[in-house]
Amino acid sequence: MTTKTAKTRPVRWHIAVFLAPAVLIYTAVMILPLFGTLQLSLFRVENNASAFVGLDNFHTLFGDPRWAASFWNALKNNVWFFIIHMLVQNPIGILLAALLSHPKLRFSTFYRTAIFIPTILSFVIVGFAWKLILSPLWGIAPDMLNMIGLKSLFAPWLGQERYALTALSLISVWQFIGIPMMLIYAALLSIPDEIIEAAECDGITGAAQFWKIKLPLILPSIGIISILTFVGNFNAFDLIYTTQGALAGPNYSTDILGTFMFRTFFGFQLQVGDRNMGAAIASVMFFIILAGVCLYLFGIQRRLRRYQF
Amino acid sequence: MMSRTMIAVLLASSVFGSAGAAYAQDVTLNIESWRNDDLPIWQEKLIPAFEAKHPGIKLTFNPSAPTEYDAALGAKLDANTAGDIITCRPFDKSLALFQKGQLASLNDLPGIDKFSSVAKSAWITDDGKDIFCVPVASVIHGFIYNKDAFDELGLSVPQTEDEFFAVLDKIKENGTYIPMAMGTKDLWEAATMGYQNIGPNYWKGEEGRLALIAGKEKLTDPQWVDPYKTLARWKDYLGDGFEAQTYPDSQNLFTLGRAAIYPAGSWEISGFNTQAQFKMGAFPPPVKNAGDTCYISDHTDLGIGMNAKTAHPEEAKKFLEWVASPEFAEIYANALPGFFSLSSTPVKMEDPLAQEFVSWRDKCKSTIRSTYQILSRGTPNLENETWIESANVINGTDTPEAAAEKLQKGLDSWYKPAN
Repeated sequence: MTTKTAKTRPVRWHIAVFLAPAVLIYTAVMILPLFGTLQLSLFRVENNASAFVGLDNFHTLFGDPRWAASFWNALKNNVWFFIIHMLVQNPIGILLAALLSHPKLRFSTFYRTAIFIPTILSFVIVGFAWKLILSPLWGIAPDMLNMIGLKSLFAPWLGQERYALTALSLISVWQFIGIPMMLIYAALLSIPDEIIEAAECDGITGAAQFWKIKLPLILPSIGIISILTFVGNFNAFDLIYTTQGALAGPNYSTDILGTFMFRTFFGFQLQVGDRNMGAAIASVMFFIILAGVCLYLFGIQRRLRRYQF
Repeated sequence: MMSRTMIAVLLASSVFGSAGAAYAQDVTLNIESWRNDDLPIWQEKLIPAFEAKHPGIKLTFNPSAPTEYDAALGAKLDANTAGDIITCRPFDKSLALFQKGQLASLNDLPGIDKFSSVAKSAWITDDGKDIFCVPVASVIHGFIYNKDAFDELGLSVPQTEDEFFAVLDKIKENGTYIPMAMGTKDLWEAATMGYQNIGPNYWKGEEGRLALIAGKEKLTDPQWVDPYKTLARWKDYLGDGFEAQTYPDSQNLFTLGRAAIYPAGSWEISGFNTQAQFKMGAFPPPVKNAGDTCYISDHTDLGIGMNAKTAHPEEAKKFLEWVASPEFAEIYANALPGFFSLSSTPVKMEDPLAQEFVSWRDKCKSTIRSTYQILSRGTPNLENETWIESANVINGTDTPEAAAEKLQKGLDSWYKPAN
């Protein structure tokens, strides 16, 4: 009998076989480059030869006043970029999802598609289209404001230090609002009817129903969206690059970690690329994102109450 | 990983590309270039002209996209698959190739001595001992104006700075035209068409540029700050929302006839000739007082050199000798008005606007952009910082003094003059 139980557990090769493609591809295109980057950040090119310098690059990045100023500026802008997304994109996304999931709303599939379309557009198209829309010369934004008598509110936002970053954040919000909307929409749909009916029996309807019944049930989804927004924002680069260029003007006011890293790594115009410093910045970005995700995983996600239906 | 696939692709393309050539008896020289716009000019004019005189040597012009050229060329040179003839970017990019032994020295090339030292400065070692590319073309800065608009408003071409601002005031007062088409959104417009355009008159061209490199002058000296003070005054004459106006916007504003003056580089000439429906003229950056010596930015932009590992050095040298000759200069300059020959022998050009630009070489002293040689080797990069600060000064977010101080501080952080 004992020998038989030992034999009933054969090596389950199929698990390894089925996992292999994903693991191999992911290792090749993500994990190896990641470690390559971390390794690159510990070296420096001196006299045409790569030499190990330990944490010297990081020391330069945080210790040298110019590097540190650029870095903190990029980080500060990046945080602002993230805050705008959290304050604007996610609440509006939740609101849209709540409206869309309303059973009496007509054409809801049309709205859903229309709102989601910008998300599947290329950054280049989005950047270019908004640059044109906001152009003080040929854009439709000044004309439209003029029509409602608010021309005086128009400013060349993308060219002004004070507004450029906020304007870009809002463009990014416009583009990505479909993602929180879709995720929340799916979460709202998965709430069983019995619970809603039970709530109605207890006299909880309308807005109160949303706040007291639905919102707690979709909190895990909101958590996931927040972390996706966080990762996405701290990796952002494309929109700034396509609308403002690699120098993230005016006066670096739209410089975020992604553009700062790009400029350092690949160089720009007469600036020669510095792969090692670029890798150091990329590593710091990785650690920032890692810290944020860990904070979420251990600090928040574990405390979220889950409901089993 | 990227570069390896790239090399593989390049290898494949060069193998297949040269397969056809193997049948020919003649020696074929491949020319690497980023000027893909010039392909028709090479195929229709330059290559036939050369091949007619040099039987036995065939040329193929193989341009790549400007933004990819440096990376692609580097990979090809490392893999020994690059063409025999290399089009040279000015200054450090080519210097680095020479120092790696990938560009051949051209000190003994017949005709190379006929170029001025300004022309050669872009492709010469810091000590001035080795020259490694034949200077081919430069671009000149100045102002292009709408002649019809000037006639309509009864304006004459300004010679001095006061006249310049008087003209701008009049255009502004009249209101039909935007006085000047320039934006600060793309940053480089402010630096290249602004600071480097008017600057040489203040810092006395080469004299100031070399003194800056030698550490005898600083960017905070009046001759380097004053151009910023003038730029700050431009603000009032630019179009509405110039802060968000891009380079193509500026070009369109001018060619559509909505702006009267365009701070320009001569490379605009051929584009403007086809786009603009009005007569155009040009004037050099105005001087401070009437009769002052004028200085112009005559920036070296393109050279042609030889791959040090070419299989046909003799033929390649013959070709370069031809590139250094007046014949090449004349064909090139006429085919591409706005890219001026660097040859000391005068070149006859047909385009009136190009003639106007090149005529300044006789009455003014030439210099190159102050930030290009040596001073943009470190981090922070002086050229890139100049873009930012020039835009800041015009936007009014930095004072000229503050901008100059930031630039000098950035430069001081890594650049130690030789003495």
